[in-house]
Amino acid sequence: MSNSFTKSDFPVFDAYKSLVYLDNSATQQKPAAVLERVEKYYREENANPLRGLYDLSVKATETYENAREAVRRFLGAESTKEIVFTRNATESLNLIAYSWGRANIKAGDEILVAISEHHSDLLPWQILTKETGAELKYLECDETGRYTADSLKAALTDRTKLFCIAQISNVFGRLNPIKVFADICHANGTLIVCDGAQSVPHTAVDVKSLGVDFLVFSGHKMLAPMGIGGLYGRKELLEKMPPFLYGGEMIDTVTRCGATYAELPHKFEAGTVNAGGAAGLHAAIDYITELGFDEIERRENELTALAFSEMKKIPHVNIIGADDADDHHGILTFTVDGVHPHDIAAIFDAENIAIRAGHHCAQPLHQFLQTPSTARMSLAFYNDEEDIQRFIGVLRTLRRKMGYDG
Amino acid sequence: MTDNFYGEVLTDHNLHPLHKHDLPTATCCHEGINSTCGDDIVLNLEIKDGIIVNGSFTGSGCAISQASADIMLELVIGRTPEEARHYKELFFKMIGGEITEDELEELEEAGALQNVAKMPARVKCALLGWRTMETLLDGEGGAQ
Repeated sequence: MSNSFTKSDFPVFDAYKSLVYLDNSATQQKPAAVLERVEKYYREENANPLRGLYDLSVKATETYENAREAVRRFLGAESTKEIVFTRNATESLNLIAYSWGRANIKAGDEILVAISEHHSDLLPWQILTKETGAELKYLECDETGRYTADSLKAALTDRTKLFCIAQISNVFGRLNPIKVFADICHANGTLIVCDGAQSVPHTAVDVKSLGVDFLVFSGHKMLAPMGIGGLYGRKELLEKMPPFLYGGEMIDTVTRCGATYAELPHKFEAGTVNAGGAAGLHAAIDYITELGFDEIERRENELTALAFSEMKKIPHVNIIGADDADDHHGILTFTVDGVHPHDIAAIFDAENIAIRAGHHCAQPLHQFLQTPSTARMSLAFYNDEEDIQRFIGVLRTLRRKMGYDG
Repeated sequence: MTDNFYGEVLTDHNLHPLHKHDLPTATCCHEGINSTCGDDIVLNLEIKDGIIVNGSFTGSGCAISQASADIMLELVIGRTPEEARHYKELFFKMIGGEITEDELEELEEAGALQNVAKMPARVKCALLGWRTMETLLDGEGGAQ
């Protein structure tokens, strides 16, 4: 079966024919190629990887480790030792906070977090600083979601050990200049964690050229199954870090009173791993690579520009963030005067259009923006112009449906 | 779900609530929050000689939470706390999809929220005012 790189590759749109799916920042739909790959793993290759000394287990191990190599190439890492499989970006961030954090952060240190971060890139640091007596500081953006090099420089002190920021914010959709920020951080002796959950599915990410120390991502936001994701970490850092979870598959030898731990990356992968998910992630990477980021970005930018310009024409609709469609990367967060975001989402739902409403797991940002909640449409390359037209059509009638004159 | 579940009764109570204001004469008040939605209201009741003589709410939330609280107050003002609890029971039955025709009649305008029974994501919004009233009556109101 060859891919068409349109909705027809995605079985969910067969099952749910009238669906307009515009909640891609939350999770993406899965192409048949990914679903078939996961099924093939369980039908033909399933055994406990990294353990058995028989043919099937060797096959499972190969599938799993080939997926790791695919992720390494996809992210431009030097070695597969730098790629740790986790459940998702959230688990990856917790791994960093528990393992690197508890070994390196002490009272008096500072961790700087961008105010627009998702709760998953905030709570692990909030807990870590509370436990260690370190201080959690926030880097604030302007009202369009922009962080500048100057504001970062001003916020760093000689006690700042870590700076955490998403490459693309899940609320603003703005692409942050990670390379510039990484250089500033390193000149200050500060490490940088980059949350790639919203960027890795949509733009080519190369950890070497970005110069980041850690980068995390979720497979399910990039066509892969739920429950598989990853962490990139510089080898020198990962080597010095203690394990995160303890158990099987992550040990070298265990005695009554101690243990030595497996080599990277297995040190961080306790318990039976998600080989089926990794196979699906591998298929997702192949699918994305075959389509290419040039084409993905061309389609997504075109649809973003169309939605943006149509939304701007509708009175009482306010787009959060930059006033330029190019700064939104498929994410358009908005409010409608006088209509609560949950009512907005319900009206879209009645037309089979899926959007998100709420605080998008970024409550401190919404407090900063002084809006309790917002609505968000987020698209992917498999959306089409008709999806956008249907979205805009409903948005135009929304206030009238809520009893306003226009 | 039908296209027009935001009927006139609901949008009207949302846009032009009768009871959304401060109530300096209140004898008891309680805050109700739906943390996942951000709905946040304060319910005020003035209970005198075993009668809810006045009531109001303040705060913010979606149309369903706001209209539901407004309609609830319209029903319970002038009634005893016991009667208010009875309406609350009926309303919960309606949202649970278990109400009879006669009981629905009793709920008057609150019947406009019947369709919320088919919208699991919005049940909490519809119940917010009612739950808040229940807690309030269990506390100070119930002591009267």
